Amino acid sequence: MSYVKGLKCRECGREYPKEPLYVCEYCFGPLEAVYDYERIKKKLTKELIESRPENLWRYKELLPLDGEQTCGLNSGFTPLIRARNLEKALGVKELYIKDDSVCHPTLSFKDRVVSVALSKAKEFGFNTVACASTGNLANSVAAQAAVAGLKRYIFIPANLELGKVVGALIYNPILVAVEGNYDQVNRLCSEIATIYKWAFVNINIRPYYAEGSKTYGYEIAEQLGWKAPKHIIVPCAGGSLITKIWKGLKEFKALGLIDRLQTKIYAAQATGCSPIVTAIKENAEIIKPVKPNTIAKSLAIGNPADGVYALATVKETGGWAEDVSDDEIVEAIKLLAVTEGIFTETAGGVTLGVAKKLIEQGRIPKDESIVVSITGNGLKTQEAVVEKIGKPIKIKPNIAHFEESVKI
Amino acid sequence: MAVKVMIPTPLQKLTKNQADVEANGSNIRELIDDLEKNFPGLKERICDETGKVRRFINIYVNEEDVRFLKQDSTSLKDGDEVSIIPAIAGGR
Repeated sequence: MSYVKGLKCRECGREYPKEPLYVCEYCFGPLEAVYDYERIKKKLTKELIESRPENLWRYKELLPLDGEQTCGLNSGFTPLIRARNLEKALGVKELYIKDDSVCHPTLSFKDRVVSVALSKAKEFGFNTVACASTGNLANSVAAQAAVAGLKRYIFIPANLELGKVVGALIYNPILVAVEGNYDQVNRLCSEIATIYKWAFVNINIRPYYAEGSKTYGYEIAEQLGWKAPKHIIVPCAGGSLITKIWKGLKEFKALGLIDRLQTKIYAAQATGCSPIVTAIKENAEIIKPVKPNTIAKSLAIGNPADGVYALATVKETGGWAEDVSDDEIVEAIKLLAVTEGIFTETAGGVTLGVAKKLIEQGRIPKDESIVVSITGNGLKTQEAVVEKIGKPIKIKPNIAHFEESVKI
Repeated sequence: MAVKVMIPTPLQKLTKNQADVEANGSNIRELIDDLEKNFPGLKERICDETGKVRRFINIYVNEEDVRFLKQDSTSLKDGDEVSIIPAIAGGR
């Protein structure tokens, strides 16, 4: 049933077989799955997709497996919410939240990529999986590998939020906390991957793993009634999600599943770690790495692997980029909570904060459709807000003390 | 002046499947030239036509990215550890 022809270098075009490879041997460019779109076009219709269960595998012809999916069978197809209260607060006409803070099973968009990565790792016959992670990926690999009966090594920066550490440990992985930032964890994992032949989901399984992010874009288009929005704001860490959302929308257009594609895509980062945003604002060709310093730890990648492609996506679509301070992140988290009842993590605060800024700047017009990408859950990053929200009013269990203490 | 160099998987065919090798040089440029002497073909894979380190390769000296140091002029001393790593890896 496979619609994947092989892998191909994004830079020099050299072709490779479907194996656990991730970089071109010659120019070190990233490898990408190549599909047989002619055959997919004959098979994949709106009706077929709509007839399938509500999870990310409804688009399986556009995902890089050879056989049937075996992991993440209930992941994806998260709500796309018309955010009427937030529209009023921001003074815009049509705004949606694509809410992966409730993705199954570990409450972030990483469940999408891990579903694909682990299904592929099993196809390859690996019995051990691993990842370098700022938390969300750790949670998803730990959970889904447990279900799949795979041995799992998870590497995280030692200073991670408690919610993300607990959210990994509960699935009983081998959790390694590295004294250093994510970029150091990632470099170490690249070194480990040259010695131990494990399925590192974001290293040697990366060409397959990354394709899972396309489903976030597919779902936005399907849930809008088979059309693409005018504006999408996407949080950037490594720069893969923004690149793949755009790829997914272009595929839908090429397959005739949407008629028009005039979407502008915007990159969102925290000011304390904004190498991609800086490059866009300065119209630079290369990404200058930085040392991250922000509460948005899930976006704290100073050396983004797909940075140049994130840059290209923003340029190609005519979008833009912006960054927000830690205070603005917290304010945006609170704004989303009190308007739409969604408690997002710091990355979501970055995305909404940036959306607000771009609307205020006039970069995003107030009368066009806007989608804000919410990719993770606030219960995992409580440290970021705990000192900046109210406190419970403690009272004795009687009416008098209640009326005395609580202003009604 | 021996420096330990970690070789990424795609280049290990050129180093007889060794994941790390020893090389000499007082800076990164010299180190790459020395690697080329012992493992012919390695330099053109690490560097582009102009002799600069390729865009999709990151080099680290004792765990620090050379882009935070002096790029390929970063100096080396006996016992240093150098890692050559494909830039395309990772993602939260």
